[in-house]
Amino acid sequence: FYLTPPQVNSILKANEYSFKVPEFDGKNVSSVLGFDSNQLPANAPIEDRRSAATCLQTRGMLLGVFDGHAGCACAQAVSERLFYYIAVSLLPHETLLEIENAVESGRALLPILQWHKHPNDYFSKEASKLYFNSLRTYWQELIDLNSGETTDVKEALINAFKRLDNDISLEAQVGDPNSFLNYLVLRVAFSGATACVAHVDGVDLHIANTGDSRAMLGVQEEDGSWSAVTLSYDHNAQNKHEVERVKMEHPKSEEKNLVKQDRLLGLLMPFRAFGDVKFKWSIELQKRVIESGPDQLNDNEYTKFIPPNYHTPPYLTAEPEVIHHKLRPQDKFLVLATDGLWETMHRQDVARIVGEYLTGVHHQQPIAVGGYKVTLGQMHGLLAERRARISSVFEDQNAATHLIRHAVGNNEFGTVDHERLSKMLSLPEELARMYRDDITIIVVQFNSHVIGACQNEE
Amino acid sequence: AAGMFLRLLSDVRWRAANPKWRRMTCCRRSASSTAEPHPVSLPAQAQVVICGGGIMGTSVAYHLSKMGWKDIVLLEQGRLAAGTTRFCAGIVSTARQVSIELKMADYSNKLYQQLEQETGVNTGYVKTGSISLAQTQDRLISLKRIASSLNVMGIPCEIITPKQVAQLHPLINIHDLVGAMYVPEDALVSSANVSLALATAASRNGVQIHERTSVSHVSVQKGCVAAVETDRGEIKCQYFVNCAGQWAYELGHSGEEPVNIPLHACEHFYLLTHPLKEPLASNLPTIVDPDGRIYIRNWQGGILSGGFEKNPKPLFTEGRNQLEIHNLQEDWDHFEPLLSALLRRMPDLEALQIMQLVNCPESFTPDMRCIMGESPAVRGYFVLAGMNSAGISYGGGAGKYLAEWMVNGYPSENVWPLDLKRFGTLQSSRTFLRHRVMEVMPLMYDLKVPRWDFQTGRQLRTSPLYDRLDAQGARWMEKHGFERVKYFVPPGKDLLDLDQSKTFYKPDWFDIVGSEVKCCKEAVCVIDMSSFTKFEISSTGDQALESLQYLFSNDLDVPVGHVVHTGMLNEKGGYENDCSIARLSKRSFFMISPTDQQVHCWAWLKNRLPDDSNLTMEDVTWKYTALNLIGPRAVDVLSELSYAPMTPEHFPSLFCKEMSVGYANGIRVMSITHTGEPGFMLYIPIEYALHVYNEVMNMGQKYGIRNAGYYALRSLRIEKFFAFWGQDLDAFTTPMECGREFQVKLEKGMQFVGQEALLEQKQNGVYKRFTMFILEDHDTDMDLWPWWGEPIFRNGRYVGKTTSSAYSYTLERHVCLGFVQHFDEKTGEELVVTTDFINQGEYEIDIAGQRFQAKAKLYPFSSLFAQRRRKDEVELSGYQRE
Repeated sequence: FYLTPPQVNSILKANEYSFKVPEFDGKNVSSVLGFDSNQLPANAPIEDRRSAATCLQTRGMLLGVFDGHAGCACAQAVSERLFYYIAVSLLPHETLLEIENAVESGRALLPILQWHKHPNDYFSKEASKLYFNSLRTYWQELIDLNSGETTDVKEALINAFKRLDNDISLEAQVGDPNSFLNYLVLRVAFSGATACVAHVDGVDLHIANTGDSRAMLGVQEEDGSWSAVTLSYDHNAQNKHEVERVKMEHPKSEEKNLVKQDRLLGLLMPFRAFGDVKFKWSIELQKRVIESGPDQLNDNEYTKFIPPNYHTPPYLTAEPEVIHHKLRPQDKFLVLATDGLWETMHRQDVARIVGEYLTGVHHQQPIAVGGYKVTLGQMHGLLAERRARISSVFEDQNAATHLIRHAVGNNEFGTVDHERLSKMLSLPEELARMYRDDITIIVVQFNSHVIGACQNEE
Repeated sequence: AAGMFLRLLSDVRWRAANPKWRRMTCCRRSASSTAEPHPVSLPAQAQVVICGGGIMGTSVAYHLSKMGWKDIVLLEQGRLAAGTTRFCAGIVSTARQVSIELKMADYSNKLYQQLEQETGVNTGYVKTGSISLAQTQDRLISLKRIASSLNVMGIPCEIITPKQVAQLHPLINIHDLVGAMYVPEDALVSSANVSLALATAASRNGVQIHERTSVSHVSVQKGCVAAVETDRGEIKCQYFVNCAGQWAYELGHSGEEPVNIPLHACEHFYLLTHPLKEPLASNLPTIVDPDGRIYIRNWQGGILSGGFEKNPKPLFTEGRNQLEIHNLQEDWDHFEPLLSALLRRMPDLEALQIMQLVNCPESFTPDMRCIMGESPAVRGYFVLAGMNSAGISYGGGAGKYLAEWMVNGYPSENVWPLDLKRFGTLQSSRTFLRHRVMEVMPLMYDLKVPRWDFQTGRQLRTSPLYDRLDAQGARWMEKHGFERVKYFVPPGKDLLDLDQSKTFYKPDWFDIVGSEVKCCKEAVCVIDMSSFTKFEISSTGDQALESLQYLFSNDLDVPVGHVVHTGMLNEKGGYENDCSIARLSKRSFFMISPTDQQVHCWAWLKNRLPDDSNLTMEDVTWKYTALNLIGPRAVDVLSELSYAPMTPEHFPSLFCKEMSVGYANGIRVMSITHTGEPGFMLYIPIEYALHVYNEVMNMGQKYGIRNAGYYALRSLRIEKFFAFWGQDLDAFTTPMECGREFQVKLEKGMQFVGQEALLEQKQNGVYKRFTMFILEDHDTDMDLWPWWGEPIFRNGRYVGKTTSSAYSYTLERHVCLGFVQHFDEKTGEELVVTTDFINQGEYEIDIAGQRFQAKAKLYPFSSLFAQRRRKDEVELSGYQRE
């Protein structure tokens, strides 16, 4: 069984999406030029999610990847909801009031986010009312709190993450009279998701990370070579600080049971996550909710199963670690990706592959004749060669697709091997998950001119 | 290119007063950088201020001063001829599609030829000739069409074989050619020097020229130009001429009263090389290879080659850019396809050394034609800009026509295709312009087949029925931004792709339109004609009637509820507009004109109606959806929908009445059609449009109603010998010349504009006559189709050109409409055209060099059509009653 190159391409490109920040005739004032994103499923259905949106009432752009486990319900909910929580957390008091007044009097709401979605990135219609009500409660509380201080992005991100996780938990405890929704909120709460979110506003880049997805900055050195700067900490057993944290939060007596086989309580790979109430609720609460819940939930062995050595919940948190980075002109791009990518590729290779791809496509040095003696024939040959380079080597129109092609198809020499690519992509569904994980990638390209100009102003 | 020549002259201080200015140049050249910037102060006032010292500005100054206007100031923000003019490739080419452009180019060529002798400035004029290559048969057809019109203009031109091409030019690879067109009198010039020569002559004639003076805006008082504000002070003036090239748009918008000049710049690249080992002769013909998208001319022993690429780079969308025109980047990767085409055409150039890739921005317009004329908003504000890369070819002629316009009130030729007033504010969006010029620039070298439509900047103005019609298979074209249906593709039937449907032969929609025509003739069709321009003119007393009686040629003092077809004529009796006017009440009139009259007609009336607050004119185009019910059963559909008898006894021809249709009240129903078929026009307030349309379609079902488009309409009106303004009629044709004396109130003893001219024509006869031709030996399936602009031959001699044509499904023949003139065989002098002259001739129509026999007629085939009509049908709406 062999896939032809066009078949391979159609699989790789099925989920690709690109967004260019609209230019006003070369006067793009955003520090973001645009982004490319893509997903390659291994699970069926895929458990990864991605989101991207522009904040309309404040400045900045939000991008995130979400890696679900125990189903996709939680990742789906987080991908729909988290950015609203973040955007609301960032809103000044007056805007919140204006929005609340609009809702109160039934007027049209100010739009908060401009989403940039692939057609496959769906939003749940049924739950929108429920989600909206929770969000509204959140902003009402923010209005009542009115600290009067300007919103700190780091704090806003942390609050948003925690609040959303709290709402997910609460909605599952309260339930919903509609049986479909009731089952949905329970599935969301009992499944889990990690999140790695970037907020870019001018030269200020914030990364909020919960779990083991990762953000990586691609930096072009003066000699033109590429290096990687990681802007997030993985929350898993390989992170000593994380293991320490978990141990600190629980009595000494539990220490040896907390992390087993590199997993939290011997079960969970990420040490921080949304949902996963099995690691957060008390045993009594879990039992009560499951018993009063729908039959499907009762029949599910996984949800009924209580983790061993479960004494002092919560063991898990959705609180992110936030890293702030001031963008510099040499910071050319940001890669957000779920662990599916980082398992197969070293960050240094990621930086190089994306860097070369982006410069090849967009920054081929212009030719100038200057004072040289060049004949028409020579110039023609040179131009034909440059053209060929663009069209054949870089057949991908999307940096994320290009990266996936390498992640899945790279041979030992670090070049894409079509045969390998074909094999990996033609694996039957049930086998695919054993050879690779879901991969979700967002590549954000920065506008060095704007960043340079911002720097000079500061 | 011209930069080299220019530097010699660029430091000139232009002084009208100093006759020895040329000698001063030489001594000043070295000291110019330190010379005081402005030795001559600006005058406080002038009759005319021209902004822009490029080829356009200097040409206008030259021609104005030649025509006797002396009090002229020309302002240039930088140096004379230092903008696009300096960089322009300097090719003077007469091979143009539009006849007025052809005339301008021909005049320019003749002017430049003698300019050096006249002014003493070396213009670099060399008569090289030009060869346009055809790689395909279709291209050859389009060249043959141009050749036909050049030949009848007296411009030498021939279609030659590839072998002959090789003889004329040693470097050309002819293997992929099917033929070419050779125009031996085309020329090369140094465009900057031509501009300087024109400036020199103008300056001697008294024109004051000031460099390094920029215009900030034009002050307007009571709708007229009052003064020009510059960075060196104000100049009071009567006329302002905007020749600011790619800055013209912005300058137009800088004043309080904006003047819309829809143009947009694109980067344009050409290549300069070092000389060949054996330098190319300076009289080697210029090569145009439109299929390769390139032109190639000899330049200082080497070549200059540029082109119009498929993916142009628009620039300066956001307005004036401080970036100097000279600093634009070369972009070799962008030029690659053109370079490939060049080396394919002239493989021996491989070893030739590159000198430079020049990036020279050019301005383009939404319809690929240049912009000239007076602003509809500000009197005395004239414009000449937007040359679509042909500034040098048009410069002389365009300057002449504009000067005539200013001095005489109108140019000596019909320049409506170039008139600024063909555009309105709706073409002024920068986004629209940016998108449209990206289509226009490649179009310069695209194959232009009959009935091509622009694809960008569409769906701007639409009827409320747009979606309904679109869902029923409508295919659209655009006029003045308004989407109009060409025809409806029936379900299950597919037409060719846009690209493949390009043809000079029988088009793929032939049968579709045929069945729509049949339905119009035998049953009933509905055509959405909402794009037509609609004005309401009313007054408290008799002012409206009195003013309109003077401005329109037909008698408008008809009983209330009657419709009158009338021309709006100029002093020479020519049609400025052709319209239908309904008398709604004693004191108010409803006027319907062609779509593209919206700006022109408005300005014409505004400038001529008395300034009286009791007399109001309103543009109500957007308020009404217009549906044309056409065909013998229209009367049945309408009477069933309105419960009112619609037969001729109750609703005679040329009648207008407000009535209800379905639930909707206040529908203006008129018993007119624009094709001569029986039927009604329904003017529907837009909120009722969908309702009325649905009712009509439902009720019409039992009468076999269907949708129809403009192609069916055109076929119908042409076979009925109906002239359309803008196509057949223009400011140089009178009612007498097209058999419409019955639409003129000559006998009624009333004064109206154009009366004297018409009376003279009535007495002395006309010099051209609108005639209908039926092609005799033309095979619809196999032969090239006529379009318009085909030369007409009478007894083997050229007598005029066609203005429109269509296939008549009734006659099963092609019908061409056009004007026949009578030139004296010896002197070429124009003689009176009599009915006998028309009737006693053997006619031929020349389609791309092939002549077809044609029968000339001065009256439509009323008898032929009458047999097919129902007895009880409505009387013809009567454009052609005698």
